[in-house]
Amino acid sequence: MSRNSLTLLGLLALVMLCCEKKEGGTTSPAPGSGTGTQASSGSAGAPPSTGNVHAATPAPPGTPLAPGSGGAEGDVVLIGEVGSLTGPEASFGISTRNGIELAVNQANASGGVKGKKIAVRVYDDQSKPEEAANAATRLINQDHVKVILGEVASTNSLAMAQKAQPAGVPMISPSSTNPKVTQVGNYIFRVCFIDPFQGFVMAKFSHENLKVKRAAVLKDQKSDYSLGLTEYFTRTFTEMGGKIVTTEAYAKGDSDFRAQLTAIKGQKPDAIYIPGYYTDVGIIARQARELGIPKKVPLLGGDGWRSEKLFELGGSAIEGSYFSDHYSPDNPSPIVQKFIAEYKQAYGSVPDSLAGLGYDSARVAIAAMKKAPDLSGPAIRDAIAQTKDFPGVAGTISLDENRNAVKPAVVLQVEDGKLKYMTTISP
Amino acid sequence: MADLLQHLINGLATGTIYALVALGYTMVYGVLKLINFAHGDVMMVGAYLGYAAAQKLGRTAQSSFLGVLLIFLAAMAGCALLGLAIERFAYRPLRAKPRLTSLITAIGISFTLEYGFQLDFGPLPGAAPRAFPEIIKATEWFVIGDGDVVIWNWQVISLLVAVALMLTLQYLVFRTRFGKAMRAVSFDHRIAALMGIPIDRVIAITFMLGSALAAGAGILYAIKDTAIHPLMGLYVGLKAFVAAVIGGIGHVPGAVAGALLLGLVEEFVVGYTASSWRDAVAFGFLIIVLLVRPEGLFGRVSAEKV
Amino acid sequence: MDSAAVRVSSAIPTGLRGLAPFLIAIPILAALQLAVNEMPFLVYIASIVGVNIILAVSLNIVNGMTGQFSIGHAGFMAVGAYIAGKFSLQLRDVAISALPIALSDQILLVAALLIGGSCAALCGFIVGLPSLRLKGDYLAIVTLGFGEIIRVIVQNTEAFGRALGLSGIPQRASFFMVYFWVFLTIVVARRIAASTHGRSLWAIREDEVAAESMGVNTTGYKVRSFVISAFFAGVAGGLFAHFVPIINPGSFTFVKSIELVVMVVAGGLGSTTGSILAAIVLTLLPEAMRSAFIALSGGQASLAQKVDQIRMPIYGILLVLLMLLRPQGLFGNREIWDVLPRWFARRRKGT
Repeated sequence: MSRNSLTLLGLLALVMLCCEKKEGGTTSPAPGSGTGTQASSGSAGAPPSTGNVHAATPAPPGTPLAPGSGGAEGDVVLIGEVGSLTGPEASFGISTRNGIELAVNQANASGGVKGKKIAVRVYDDQSKPEEAANAATRLINQDHVKVILGEVASTNSLAMAQKAQPAGVPMISPSSTNPKVTQVGNYIFRVCFIDPFQGFVMAKFSHENLKVKRAAVLKDQKSDYSLGLTEYFTRTFTEMGGKIVTTEAYAKGDSDFRAQLTAIKGQKPDAIYIPGYYTDVGIIARQARELGIPKKVPLLGGDGWRSEKLFELGGSAIEGSYFSDHYSPDNPSPIVQKFIAEYKQAYGSVPDSLAGLGYDSARVAIAAMKKAPDLSGPAIRDAIAQTKDFPGVAGTISLDENRNAVKPAVVLQVEDGKLKYMTTISP
Repeated sequence: MADLLQHLINGLATGTIYALVALGYTMVYGVLKLINFAHGDVMMVGAYLGYAAAQKLGRTAQSSFLGVLLIFLAAMAGCALLGLAIERFAYRPLRAKPRLTSLITAIGISFTLEYGFQLDFGPLPGAAPRAFPEIIKATEWFVIGDGDVVIWNWQVISLLVAVALMLTLQYLVFRTRFGKAMRAVSFDHRIAALMGIPIDRVIAITFMLGSALAAGAGILYAIKDTAIHPLMGLYVGLKAFVAAVIGGIGHVPGAVAGALLLGLVEEFVVGYTASSWRDAVAFGFLIIVLLVRPEGLFGRVSAEKV
Repeated sequence: MDSAAVRVSSAIPTGLRGLAPFLIAIPILAALQLAVNEMPFLVYIASIVGVNIILAVSLNIVNGMTGQFSIGHAGFMAVGAYIAGKFSLQLRDVAISALPIALSDQILLVAALLIGGSCAALCGFIVGLPSLRLKGDYLAIVTLGFGEIIRVIVQNTEAFGRALGLSGIPQRASFFMVYFWVFLTIVVARRIAASTHGRSLWAIREDEVAAESMGVNTTGYKVRSFVISAFFAGVAGGLFAHFVPIINPGSFTFVKSIELVVMVVAGGLGSTTGSILAAIVLTLLPEAMRSAFIALSGGQASLAQKVDQIRMPIYGILLVLLMLLRPQGLFGNREIWDVLPRWFARRRKGT
């Protein structure tokens, strides 16, 4: 026995000795290129694209090969969507789906793309990354979709992006704000701003406009969105000379926040930053006021707050709070007003920010398909990349060289169960 | 100090609700030796039934005493029927089969309820959380200092309701003919059947009672959290099961004690460390209790007969 | 019960008997690998199925053969996935100099899997220890608790990427590699079942006290079966981490453990082939429903397409129906070759 283990150790040492740094050219192989699982991009002769997250340098456009373009089924252009229709994030996925569906219906009513109708194929990923990757693979290889739209959660978008990028299918994430998502490669876009910017916006607003000196943070430990916003808010706020008195955490799906709020209350902050989704924030607000955190301590948040449900869940407790968002509902722009009216008519509720972003992502994709010379992956990708000053409902969209939307954020205040425009903060 | 007292109160309030759910687990386990995994989801259905009843009653009626009573009764009756149906169609046909079989059907039912309630067509509610109507307007019942320690009326009410339901249950189990039958079935259902006890009926009624308790817990939970959603039963059910095991599964006062302990432990973890560690500490606590006392705190040590 | 297998292998020289399955399986797997190379979707689904087979078969060693009730298998999977994933992530730029890159990648992958599996096995040892004192449902809840604790620890550790998870793990697990491990797991499970070891496990399952009085070291066997089972769960997790683009704690909740228990029970407790079949069927079921919906709606967006979410409630109902119709699981505690001939015989008698 002992002799065997000695031999094993020796072998291991030998293997270790043989190890060395890989040569420069192959530092970052595309996922699967070593084994040939995804040989479809490699075997066809095109160099493997930078498929990994850490390699931020985008490959020259057009390197990955387009998937078999034989999937154009007659007179229908197929778009794929992956969303969390079940599981803990289902309410976000359903909003996004509604927004996308609305955009597609509108586009079809006005003639579709290149004389063809657009159809959306929606797959549920149960809020799990492996299911998201599965759904994306299915959309790419079985359904041969032209563009993939989705996910809300950055984890799931990352999973999908690593399938879409090597296959050369453009993907637009409506609302994944983690910077890593678009770093996957040059086929991955988003129509929302990223975490650092939003954290910056609220830190700036609270420090300069509200004169907050001592802020507390209540973050969602299970959501990368919340962690990202917390990180950048904390950094900016401290740099500006403010003080974070305490950072408490909850986990998505919790519904009792009294213990954390009791701890926050003990620190007597001037404001509480809660970068979560409306599903939790409404309840948090109610319990905060109930525990006697005075109304003069405002609650601050991000675009995840935007929903009619916030007023329903938060009631009067949410009054006087501020959050950063993509657009103001008072915006007289006909696009915004038309969207709100039609959404209400179709789904019986006022759209939340996720529905707005879903709507935008679909419209960007459709506009790009109209503009592109043909419906191949690279052509659509190039058309999406050229998106500039696109009038979306959630702000004017211009995509930068990192394929992120650059747009100003607005700060809104909750007043009498309505949203009041406060100010606009530009990047 | 004030913090400590406040956490103590909040922990007890959470614990009473766990206790109601844990009682259902323990009762069903007592008669069937079955972990009813769908129990937490029955609680969720109870909360939704309460929500529907409150909507039907309208804003003024729902906050009157009679209205609240009606909401509770409606939800409890609805869940009792649900429990009856689950027992009849999913568990009874498998009673003579290995116990694991019914565990799988329990899981199947749990999936069906959880995911079914996430659909948004027909009468189904959809995945988004809903604000539970304020059927009990939250007011401060008792305040120490400048709002340092607050006891809320709903905390008192849920404690009273929970205690009342537990006392009723204790009376039912130990003082009535039905209770005697239930204990007999729990002891050995083959012998109980030979003694002329209608075990089908006893088991069915036990399920109905447990489900009704879960519905009551669901509404109290909804009042506490001010919102309901389709997955609310998942972890509450799990925690209640943990509580029942800590107390010694099958033991009625043990379930209550276990639940209160668990509620306190969780509250202190969240209050003094971080909420993200709560589940780990809750299960760590369970493991330690079981390693020291393998039958739970109050469970009877059963010598194995050969 | 293993007579059929014994009869076949008795024709082979004794020295080769242990190796024979490998000599047959490896060329077949290599050929399949070549065949599926161009079908990423098939490969992906097949890999998920493969991982679930490993998990179900290994869980069956504890739940089916030994009769202990573990519902924390996803925890072991998480340990394997994170440790192996982290290992590969650290060594992503390293290669073994004398070998071609592809081969050295595969060797590193195997190393990662073994490390992940060993860590999981260590956890399995720790979880197995309480089985000295705890029985039945009590043990079940402890295993569940361990699984959840592991998940919470991962979720709170910066090095494991917290909520966002680990991404950028080199995607090295090929179809061949996944199914090689599937094959290995099955061979180990079958050989355990046919050995003295297996007989002791069956004895513990049927009656622990009787087994002990017959001189079976129940404690040792129970802990050992936990360790073996956890090792393969860890390997499965490691494989999972090497073909799923991102792993995060949400993939290893107790719901995953429960899905695995469902596979084992639905296949028939103790039946390795049953676990395999159940793992295949239950993993493909949601995907098959998806295809069915598309076929029904004629390829267009329709109600069924819009509500892809309806698959999960249907899955739940099917579980209940399956148990009502075949309470002992697909094959009871037999294997497919024990059951199938009898089914055919019954058919023939009927007609």
